[in-house]
Amino acid sequence: MSDGGSQAAVSSDEKPASTPGSAKPDAILLVDGIRRSFGGLVAVDVDHLEFQRNRITALIGPNGAGKTTFFNLITGFDTPDAGTWTYDGRDMGSLPAHEVALNGMVRTFQLTKALSRLTVMENMKLGAQQQRGENLFRSFNHRGWKRQEAEIEARADALLERFKMDHMRDEFAGTLSGGQRKLLEMARALMTEPAIIMLDEPMAGVNPALTQSLLGHVKELRDEGRTVIFVEHDMDVVRDISDWVVVMAEGRIIAEGTHEEIGANTQVIDAYLGRHHDSTLTIDDDNPFLDQPDGSSSESAESQD
Amino acid sequence: MLLGAPAASAQGDGEQVNGTLQYRDAEGSQIAVAGIEIVVRDADGNEVGTAVSGEDGTFSLDLPGAGDYTATIVPETVPAGVTLRNPDRIELSFSVNAGRSRPLAFPLIEGDGSELLTAGSSTWESAARLAVDGLKFGLIIAMCSIGLSLIFGTTGLVNFAHGELVTVGAVLAFAFNVGLGLHLLLAAPIAILITAALGGANDRFLWRPLRDRSTGLIAMLVISIGLSILVRYFVLWQFTGFRRSYEQYSLQTDGLTIGPVTIVPRETITIVLAAAVLVGVALVVQRTRLGKAMRAVSDNKDLAESSGIDVERVIQIIWISGAGLAGLGGILFGLDQQVKWDMGFDLLLLMFASVTLGGLGTAYGALVGSIIVGMFVQLSTLVVAPELKSVGALLVLVAILLVRPQGILGQKERIG
Amino acid sequence: MDWATIFENGLKAGIRPEAAYFALAAIGLNIHFGYTGLLNFGQAGFMAMGAYGLAIPVFAYGWPWWIGVFFGLLAAVLFAVLLGVPTLRLRADYLAIVTIAAAEIIRFIFRATDLREITGGSNGINGFSSGFFDLNPFSGTINIGPFDFTAREMWVMIVGWGLVLIGIGLTYLMIESPWGRVLKAVREDEDAARALGKNAYSMKMQSLIIGGLFGALAGMILALSQGSVQPSPTDLGPPKTFFAYAALILGGTGRLWGPVIGSIMFIALLAFTDNLLRQAQAADYIPEEIITGTEVGVIRFVLLGVGLMILMLYRPQGLFGDKREMAFDV
Repeated sequence: MSDGGSQAAVSSDEKPASTPGSAKPDAILLVDGIRRSFGGLVAVDVDHLEFQRNRITALIGPNGAGKTTFFNLITGFDTPDAGTWTYDGRDMGSLPAHEVALNGMVRTFQLTKALSRLTVMENMKLGAQQQRGENLFRSFNHRGWKRQEAEIEARADALLERFKMDHMRDEFAGTLSGGQRKLLEMARALMTEPAIIMLDEPMAGVNPALTQSLLGHVKELRDEGRTVIFVEHDMDVVRDISDWVVVMAEGRIIAEGTHEEIGANTQVIDAYLGRHHDSTLTIDDDNPFLDQPDGSSSESAESQD
Repeated sequence: MLLGAPAASAQGDGEQVNGTLQYRDAEGSQIAVAGIEIVVRDADGNEVGTAVSGEDGTFSLDLPGAGDYTATIVPETVPAGVTLRNPDRIELSFSVNAGRSRPLAFPLIEGDGSELLTAGSSTWESAARLAVDGLKFGLIIAMCSIGLSLIFGTTGLVNFAHGELVTVGAVLAFAFNVGLGLHLLLAAPIAILITAALGGANDRFLWRPLRDRSTGLIAMLVISIGLSILVRYFVLWQFTGFRRSYEQYSLQTDGLTIGPVTIVPRETITIVLAAAVLVGVALVVQRTRLGKAMRAVSDNKDLAESSGIDVERVIQIIWISGAGLAGLGGILFGLDQQVKWDMGFDLLLLMFASVTLGGLGTAYGALVGSIIVGMFVQLSTLVVAPELKSVGALLVLVAILLVRPQGILGQKERIG
Repeated sequence: MDWATIFENGLKAGIRPEAAYFALAAIGLNIHFGYTGLLNFGQAGFMAMGAYGLAIPVFAYGWPWWIGVFFGLLAAVLFAVLLGVPTLRLRADYLAIVTIAAAEIIRFIFRATDLREITGGSNGINGFSSGFFDLNPFSGTINIGPFDFTAREMWVMIVGWGLVLIGIGLTYLMIESPWGRVLKAVREDEDAARALGKNAYSMKMQSLIIGGLFGALAGMILALSQGSVQPSPTDLGPPKTFFAYAALILGGTGRLWGPVIGSIMFIALLAFTDNLLRQAQAADYIPEEIITGTEVGVIRFVLLGVGLMILMLYRPQGLFGDKREMAFDV
């Protein structure tokens, strides 16, 4: 619920081993033997994976590697065939999605889910937890929750200002552009005060002008003491902000390490280029923010069915 | 005839049995049933005579004297679409006092009359008979619902107006058959072609423009309800609220006897024809390029489009053939149960149950689900009253959704 | 053509008990569909729960009528839970199919001959309302402006419209609260709501129950206004639900007064077209070959179907809806 354990930020500075499934100092999320298949196709098959607290971890991999499915599994949006995972020592395996969120693990979606017919402010207020007026029987007594509502609104205003969206406060979310929706979704997730925030392709479909500010916001999340896990295609983005990179292919973790190590890993390059020539791996390319829409949109079509 | 009864009893010597054969339709109005024969026997089992119900549903028979008698309905004379409320009471025992007339009640309800053929037979025999009925009914539902399922699979539309295609097929065939005097074998294909064309027009001039406007699925669903109301009441206006039969094949005559089951020709035609058509559909879906394209579009529209399939054309073909099949199903249903203005809407719920049961959006799912539903509806009459037979099927639907929401043949969905 | 009578009858129909129970049913559907996005096509089933819940205790057991009110509401809650458990975790269209099926199951069961002692079978139940009408403060004919109402009609109208006003008040309090905000979030995107820690399943169940309670109240007013409960399709079958939807959409979904305005307009329009067609026919504007006297009732429904389609095609936000709000509803 509260700030994601910022005290651990500096002390555990030693570098974890760069082998798939390596142990991390001060791991916040541990995943064991998680498996999910659709029909005969194994979408996710992860033996062991740890995420370090207060770090930005990037989850990369070619189309159909199972990244989004992995996100769905550990956030309770999908049920695995087998596997356990613990968050801060708590077993999360059987929790439904909303309880995962209540525990402080909040996600965003690849295709943004702005609540169109609610205003930006209403979207933000939804992120607040523990609003008494969300109980049916208490909702009738408007005096019972008005004060709390005002506090929530103040917090939302502050966040909107930080994300430079305060001028859109009373617009319907349906009128926002793609990039603004991504921002709104991130700000809304922050209203829940998450310890772990999981971003599914936060940069997909965002115009280059907004990308820089989005990247800045992601880094701020870590600096506030939160743990960030994000799925991304664009290696430049990954190199720019990630502390650690996990590579998935065909449902498995094939490599882990810093982005320099990953860039030099031949297995990773094979995984990308060997099977998916259309995906771009732009590790040594100075071009910032290559034309990514192709790669990302085909991934979104594939995981939407 | 009823008015004659008091006069007869006034004479003091005319013992008589009489009654009125009628049922209450779904709207609550009483409908008289003509032409049902009732055989009356005396205590020794000798036949006294046969009464036949008239246009107003009344029947009466003069009896030779006071005493005990039995009256039995001849099941073959009960017209399609009507059945006894309690099939076990197809035979009634009664006694008549001297000089009195004795009224008899055979309460009738809407139904397919098949229960009567099994009245008095053993459970096993009834089950065999009901299984044949179930197969027949299931095949009819399957034919009607394949289009419903494929349209859902390819366009996401839950088409509440699909039942009306069934009605339109049956009613058009009636118009050509009875109205213009064509033989049903000629009237039926014409009706099917017109229904298919109407299906195509439906897509071309209503649903395709709506898809192009990217109208929401829920809005489309409500529009289909509007269309369903429009067509249904238009048919009621033109066809009126009566049940009517085709000129040919509507009387149950002696048929094929296999073991305990007698199958009248119209049932044989229905089952053979439906099975043949469905096998044909299966072959098309499985073997042809068109079938492959259909499955591809149903599976993933975007992917199909990007691999060069003309999605709109495939959808158009599904609409045309689905409507044609629904029309044929309607004609067979009308043959079985008489033609009625809301027959398609009555069937719609069972069609929904079938396609959901089998897995929304799949062709084979509709087939499997339909046969299960058809069987279940008929066989459940072994346990529950015939008037409640569709309740069981709908309960099964709810139960399946609890256990396997994607249906029997459906695939689990992915989120995100 | 007597235009004054045509309009007068239309207006009168708009305030009669029929409009009041449609408004209650539509308020329920507005909570389901307008605010939560639940496609409940079984509102007639909830109405049947209310109507039979009211009538059965009096008819079969001779209990006082107010116990029936309690039973009707309780039955609606149970029906909602029964419907919700298998379907609320599934896609919206499954709920549509299951609710319409369940409502029909209910009607078939109430109609069943074996239950005649309790439900009256296919004849339905009459004569359960005397306890309610004993409380009637009116007598004789009551005159409001140009309209005359019988004392019974007046009493049902007062109670019916009173319930509508209370319903609107309660809806306002619920919807304009954080609870209502979560409800709307579920309507917009269930997964997004869950990702923010909202129990979408529980919200949908609450919505189904509350809307169902309004449906049950609608059924009670229907039963009282007719003095009988009939298991016929027109009274408690799918057409009833569809018409309530038509009324709601006419007035505007997801709008507080939408269901009330829509119901008044819907019933008034039905009466208006009925009167218009009959008068036009009596005056020989419409030849007998095209529409006979008895067919006028049927033509109304044909027009209703056309109207519903046109409304959804061109003004899905209702006649007075906010275009801005519907602009991005895909």
